[in-house]
Amino acid sequence: MNTEWMIEALERMMLIRAHEETAAALQQAGRAPGSCTAIGGEASAVGVVWALGEDDEILTNHRSAGHLLARGADPNRLLAEIMGRQDGYCGGKSGPLHVSASELGVVLTSTIVGGELALATGVALSRRMAGREGVVACFFGDGAACQGRFHESVNLAAVWGLPVLYVCENNHWQAFVHRDETMLVDSIAARAPGYGIEGARVDGTDVIAVHEAARHAIARIAETGRPYLLETVTYRLRGHFEPDDMAYVDPQEHASWAARDPIDLLRNRLVGSGALDRATLDGIEARVARRISMAEAFASASPFPAPEALTTHVYA
Amino acid sequence: MTMMTMMTMMDAIDAAIAAEMRTDPSVLVFGEGVATKRTALRDEFGAARVRNTPLAEGIIAGTAAGAAATGLRPIVDLLFAPFLCYAMDEIVNAAGKLRYLSGGQFSFPMVVLAHTGGGWGVGGQHNHNLEAWFAHAPGLKVAMPSTPADAWGLMRAAIRDDNPVLIFTDMALAYAPGELGETAVPIGQARVAREGSDVTLIGYGKTVPACLEAAAELARASIAAEVLDLRSLKPLDEAAILRSVRKTGRVVIAHEASRTCGIGAEVAAMVADAAFASLRAPVRRLTGPDAPVAACFPLEAAYSPAPAAIAAAARDLMGDHVPRDLALAV
Ligand SMILES: Cc1ncc(C[n+]2csc(CCOP(=O)(O)OP(=O)(O)O)c2C)c(N)n1
Repeated sequence: MNTEWMIEALERMMLIRAHEETAAALQQAGRAPGSCTAIGGEASAVGVVWALGEDDEILTNHRSAGHLLARGADPNRLLAEIMGRQDGYCGGKSGPLHVSASELGVVLTSTIVGGELALATGVALSRRMAGREGVVACFFGDGAACQGRFHESVNLAAVWGLPVLYVCENNHWQAFVHRDETMLVDSIAARAPGYGIEGARVDGTDVIAVHEAARHAIARIAETGRPYLLETVTYRLRGHFEPDDMAYVDPQEHASWAARDPIDLLRNRLVGSGALDRATLDGIEARVARRISMAEAFASASPFPAPEALTTHVYA
Repeated sequence: MTMMTMMTMMDAIDAAIAAEMRTDPSVLVFGEGVATKRTALRDEFGAARVRNTPLAEGIIAGTAAGAAATGLRPIVDLLFAPFLCYAMDEIVNAAGKLRYLSGGQFSFPMVVLAHTGGGWGVGGQHNHNLEAWFAHAPGLKVAMPSTPADAWGLMRAAIRDDNPVLIFTDMALAYAPGELGETAVPIGQARVAREGSDVTLIGYGKTVPACLEAAAELARASIAAEVLDLRSLKPLDEAAILRSVRKTGRVVIAHEASRTCGIGAEVAAMVADAAFASLRAPVRRLTGPDAPVAACFPLEAAYSPAPAAIAAAARDLMGDHVPRDLALAV
């Protein structure tokens, strides 16, 4: 990846971070319901989403903001959605947890953990039947990989030869339960051969490594005609849901991952190599802050949906 | 005089679990984060009886059903009610049916906990009042408390019950403190939350406080409303409902769940069937719309019948009908 790409990736990751912190602050102020933030997962989101083609599709889950913003979502409309406002991507009906934006190719979002895995099979079937190239990327957590739906979905997509890029964002947490308590093996990607497909595990704190792994995976889907299971290994640096005191988190484990904050890693790398100077960095920081405060102003000014919206969009 | 204990509904449920676990070693509790979040239970009863599970509702419910059939009394926490959809097969097709289909060889003494209702802005995939789905399924019992005391009492009764019991907790009521009672509340027994003679307001969960508020408003207009808290949705306390209806002749049923095939429909049909002659007005149902729940706060609040709407419906029933003695004289 060239320097320009890396600097752009850094800015996008910082935008995601600032958005997430704002969503959390809005919850604390009673101005929005709680979000599931993806702080610590920015490199996984940007690295994978930026490997997708414009026509590729995305399915995501309750921790979707990073995927949406990486894909180019408008922070105004995303924040408006989180605050339940009319100008949000789903007219305020989704709130923080089910945001879809079909215009961005974010076709569906399921906050029923594992639901997106089942849906991805069908989205990929549509693509295959229409003879369209490209892939369907399905983001899910290590918790979702414990649902029966995971097995059922991957198996069917493998058998039917569907172009699904399964992206397990293994952030070590399943709400309030540590991953270690729920599986005896370290790796979710290791299950791939059990379904007759390929898989890989990548350091999810390194946006470049993630990006390269995702590009490789997408190439393999095209070559083999089968789905691919990519596991990005990250850590959930913030609580499961706002508010969350994180009393159940081992502070040492948290600290060791905080020292590998994906944004810090990329920034230090760029600054260290001389590719990024202080002035440019200050400029990025200011731009990101301005963009998010603009979004907050936009969202706050957007009205709540009218009561009639209670019963619109129920049937087609 | 004993000191009244104040507790939230969530704490009352934990207290009930602890009390039953102390007396019955076959009681155990498991679910996603149960051991992490219910630390007092974990500390007192240990890892074997208070277990975290992987995130997998189907196997949680299925394990409970299998364990229940063979000597344990499991309590499973499935978090938010919509997640019951993943567990539906095990609850409905296994726990609900296999006693009957095995000719009574097995029973399923298990309790399923789930949150329901608005108040958190979590949207339609976390907030869904689907209690009627389970009331419709044979072999299951369904309860939904409106106070910490009832949560405590119903929970104790549910754990002792030899059948699968689902207990739904209303998110909007879950963390409000209330006085704890001292007795188990039998499954299937409604509670008169306020006496009255002109109209019966029937609710459960969050619509009980809404009915009480409506009753207070009606009292200011000299209308004496009786408020009945169903507490159990299956079995329904038919006797209590009919007793009240025969006294007042007018019924408003209010629930947050969608209207079609909701509990209100069952109550209305039962009243029409068994107490038609006592009715002085049509049975009125106030419910949530036949729509999923939106996440945004104002739409979420508009979803559930408000006290003012309940009071207006009651007034309407009063105004449309002349008093009974005059009607009889015609
Ligand atoms: C079927 C279902 N069960 C439980 C939940 C509650 N819940 C929401 S997110 C979450 C944790 C999911 O963990 P994981 O899949 O690892 O994703 P992460 O949140 O770590 O990104 C849980 C338990 C849910 N939304 N859906």
